[in-house]
Amino acid sequence: MSDTDTFPKLLLENASRIGNRPGCREKDLGIWQTWTWAQVADEVRALACGLAALGFGRGDKLIIIGDNRPRLYWSMTAAQAIGGVPVPVYQDSAAKEMGFVIDHAEARFALAEDQEQVDKLLEIKGTNQTLESIVYDDARGMRNYDQAFLHDFDKVQEMGRAFDRDNPGFYDDAVAAGKGSDISVMLYTSGTTGNPKGVVLTHTNVMRTAENNEKMEGLKESDEILAYLPMAWVGDHIFSFGQNYTAGFCVNCPESSATVMQDLRDIGPTYFFAPPRIFENILTTVMVRMEDAAPIKRRLFHYFMDVAQRAGTRILDGKPVSSMDRLLYALGNVLVYGPLKNTLGFSRIRLAYTAGEAIGPDIFDFFRALGINLKQLYGMTEASVFITVQPDGQIRPDTVGVPAPEVEVKIADNGEVLFRGPGSFQEYYKSAEATSETKDPEGWVHTGDAGVFTEDGHLKIIDRAKDVGRLNDGTLVAPKYLENKLKFFPNIKEAVAFGHQRDYVAAFINIDLVAMGNWAERHNVAYGGYQELAAYPDVQDIVREHVEQVNRDLASDPQLGGSQIRRFLVLPKELDADDGELTRTRKVRRSFVADRYAELIEALYSDRNTCHVETEVTFEDGRKGMLAADLRILDAKTFPVAEAMREAS
Amino acid sequence: MTEHRRIVGDTLLKVENISLGFGGVQALSGISFEIREHEILAIIGPNGAGKTSMLNVINGFYHPQEGAIAFKGEVRRTMRPHRAAKQGIARTFQNVALFKGMSTLDNIMSGRNLRMHRNILWQMLYYGPARNEEMEHRHRVEEIIDFLEIQAIRRTPVGRLPYGLQKRVELARALAMEPELLLLDEPMAGMNVEEKEDMCRFIIDVNEQFGTTIALIEHDMGVVMDISDRVVVLDYGRKLAEGTPDEVRANQDVIDAYLGVPHEEELV
Repeated sequence: MSDTDTFPKLLLENASRIGNRPGCREKDLGIWQTWTWAQVADEVRALACGLAALGFGRGDKLIIIGDNRPRLYWSMTAAQAIGGVPVPVYQDSAAKEMGFVIDHAEARFALAEDQEQVDKLLEIKGTNQTLESIVYDDARGMRNYDQAFLHDFDKVQEMGRAFDRDNPGFYDDAVAAGKGSDISVMLYTSGTTGNPKGVVLTHTNVMRTAENNEKMEGLKESDEILAYLPMAWVGDHIFSFGQNYTAGFCVNCPESSATVMQDLRDIGPTYFFAPPRIFENILTTVMVRMEDAAPIKRRLFHYFMDVAQRAGTRILDGKPVSSMDRLLYALGNVLVYGPLKNTLGFSRIRLAYTAGEAIGPDIFDFFRALGINLKQLYGMTEASVFITVQPDGQIRPDTVGVPAPEVEVKIADNGEVLFRGPGSFQEYYKSAEATSETKDPEGWVHTGDAGVFTEDGHLKIIDRAKDVGRLNDGTLVAPKYLENKLKFFPNIKEAVAFGHQRDYVAAFINIDLVAMGNWAERHNVAYGGYQELAAYPDVQDIVREHVEQVNRDLASDPQLGGSQIRRFLVLPKELDADDGELTRTRKVRRSFVADRYAELIEALYSDRNTCHVETEVTFEDGRKGMLAADLRILDAKTFPVAEAMREAS
Repeated sequence: MTEHRRIVGDTLLKVENISLGFGGVQALSGISFEIREHEILAIIGPNGAGKTSMLNVINGFYHPQEGAIAFKGEVRRTMRPHRAAKQGIARTFQNVALFKGMSTLDNIMSGRNLRMHRNILWQMLYYGPARNEEMEHRHRVEEIIDFLEIQAIRRTPVGRLPYGLQKRVELARALAMEPELLLLDEPMAGMNVEEKEDMCRFIIDVNEQFGTTIALIEHDMGVVMDISDRVVVLDYGRKLAEGTPDEVRANQDVIDAYLGVPHEEELV
């Protein structure tokens, strides 16, 4: 490639090539503030020089904690510019988790968004040896902090401007010294087991992957994206940082995490990413609100949604559609889809991705039927995101698409998906052993997911390779496959299925408080909170119906039909990341849950109909309390499995 | 704004020998105390002690039969609420008193009304100076919205908000007046622990960052002892004690009023 092989160099190029175009925006005091590329370059320069003045040097790590803020994104490039490595950390992680990353990365510098994060860092600093300086973005509430190692962002930039005047050429030399093979970022994966691992990516990794996808999808300078997912997550790093620089489009930072939905509507992004959970929440909200709408509106909505289900997806995929349906769809666009998309902030979307979990077919189809080009991709931190992507016109709810440009994918003998490509990570920081376990000498990276290729080359992920188990009679059990089927019901928020080395499959279920709460309101059921509603017999009957529906579906699948769910219970509390039951990306930590609720599992595999449970819960403010409940254990109907169709050979 | 820990200064408001009666009921009898600049003063007491009446007297809603009030050295017998507001006294109410159908933003903007100078015709035209004025005020209001972290409910009609947030909006409206003295009537009533903690933080922030003097009525003793500089204790319309939280806590009269005393004959 050209000599623009690092992000700081690319920033300088953008500043001269498209200096007047917006590079980023943030809503502040109710108004969207814009920085052009030239201004971004200027801010980054001042910050980089300021960090240098504080003693930040080549090879230093900069811990970055906070919501998506332009200044936090700038600090990434600023650290890179002077040879350092940004290490974004999940902003909602507890001090202990954060402390592990800081210790492990041996970071001397940290940049925190606000007082809340500074407090965590101060707590960590008590036991941590390496942390020296903390820069904070928002001075609110900081007036009583007088430690000399705390620095206001503005002051650091001021220092930087003075440093730049005194050392002309420092910044340009530092940027020029960077190489594509330098480490550009370290992303700690939340990890479903054990401590997080620091995934090391180079400028080339991030830039090539970003560019390849940008070319495949035709991303342009005029695109707009909303940056609202954690900066420590690789997806945000590629979409809101990598492609921000390579494509030169504008990144919009919301006013606060509570205003994302309104900000989405303000901006109307053209390029959008959301995990399935968010699409699911949006759909639930739309449906709940339509239930409350006037009858005529409701009928209009349902009528045109039927039309959309019939015609919308086909129009999007360029397949033939009858002219009557085309006409109706156009009318629906004026009456229903257009206004709905406008309300959601989806009017201008050209490209939307979802990944991370399987998305419910109903949810997926709903958005595609509205004319939103929603596609699935399969990726991971170790791949700089992209492993497979669904190309336009080949979209299916149950696959994750074909290998991304320049990426090779193969399935190992045990069913595990392996890949190799320009985004393949360098190593896990300071963990040679973990690196060699994941990445073999030929460069194939083990994803840990079990998958199969369909006949036309699309990848289909079934489960985590290690979670695929067998019942005592040898029947295949893919717990996640079952859990996803359960979670596709709006009333079910979370499910955990068990069955490996057991006689049958059993499951824990969390109800969805929004959907079920709405049901309760409609049926005049008074309840004090999650626990009470979850224990309500009618609610449990609804869950039972869903479980039986899943069993009915499974029965038609000869391979997985034996893994129907025979017994289940509704948990008295929601699985929560604060209790360690979910990861920060809200994935269930299966073994942790299994340990914690071992007595419940035993009860599921006994003939008892109730079980007493006591468990500790952590409240949002960090205090702990005890929760005790008597749970009902319920049986679900199972169905005879369809015989495998065997062709006579 | 950047000063370190605010310094409690001279007397800002002084109530002297205030007595207030409604027909046969004597709500307040001979109450005197002062509120000093930049302090947080808590007024506590059992139900019916006269706390809210005292606040109502201070901001001119009730007119005491006896006594005088001196605000910033200016002595007066009676005062009208709008005069009090003009002079820099703002308040919130025990039972939230917002315009339920209006958005959060409009409610807070209404707190700026006293500071707007263009007449209603100009404002209706929304042109020239009126427009600039509105934009200026909107900027101040946005700062308050940011300060109290209520961006997400900017456009929501307040009637639809949960109680805890309504209280926050009411505080925002009071702050929009940029008062020197802020009277809060049970700002934390009916809130859960988390909401109370937030509210405490906001009250302290207002006090420290803007130097606003605050007089508040509160029942949660933990909160009162935590955040106030001084405490005035009322009981049956009389002042029982006055002093720092520690002094008040140790005062025998206060302990008796809160815990009760056995009747003389029972002691025998």
